[in-house]
Amino acid sequence: MSEHVTPTIRVQRADFDVAAEIARLTDGRGDIGAVVTFTGLCRDEQGTLNALEIEHYPGMAERQIASVVEQALERWPLTGITAVHRFGRIETGENIVLVVTASAHRQAAFDAAAFVMDFLKTKAPFWKKEHGRADVEGKWVAAARADEESSKKWT
Amino acid sequence: MKLVYFSWVRERIGKESEEVDLPPEVTTVAELLAWLKTRGDEYAAALEHQDVIRVALDMEHVHHSEKLGTPYEIALFPPMTGG
Repeated sequence: MSEHVTPTIRVQRADFDVAAEIARLTDGRGDIGAVVTFTGLCRDEQGTLNALEIEHYPGMAERQIASVVEQALERWPLTGITAVHRFGRIETGENIVLVVTASAHRQAAFDAAAFVMDFLKTKAPFWKKEHGRADVEGKWVAAARADEESSKKWT
Repeated sequence: MKLVYFSWVRERIGKESEEVDLPPEVTTVAELLAWLKTRGDEYAAALEHQDVIRVALDMEHVHHSEKLGTPYEIALFPPMTGG
């Protein structure tokens, strides 16, 4: 449904700049009426978590995100879309994931961003390990059934 | 055949990847998992709950009923927790 959109997909250790990523989609254009951004952050779980270690499957991670993004482009009339996922050690309060969608109208941008996040959580090969106190061995986060249910509402 | 492991599957098996020679009778994903479990306690521990293990053939998710074919790389990992 989207025409001539080249998505930006990145899997990286470094942080991202939300404003710069918005500008990348909007600079020099007058046809965009809506930009939606979703940023996922590392929360401290009521003070029990110090950091997350995010492992990923290089190659497949990029491919799976690209596949979900392509589905969003087919489904909604977007003018641009960006998805960035970090890996490595991420401290509480830091960014983990970013989705930016741009469209002429807001509903497509809202829906496409939510769709990408719901599918990214269940399809993209990333795994979070929680690190609490320094002297305690980290624990892998269990997959949430709610995430699987969220991805089903789009079918 | 190259096998790669991630997250707690990697930790329990104790290696990131390995080359294995599959016996000819192992032709599906489920048969591969069952065969790997016979290779030692660390494999049995990693693959104890076989149904939850996710498998990708050349970076594509597949069901356990899928034929293995001749992929370059088979990945085994737990359900994903990104985002």
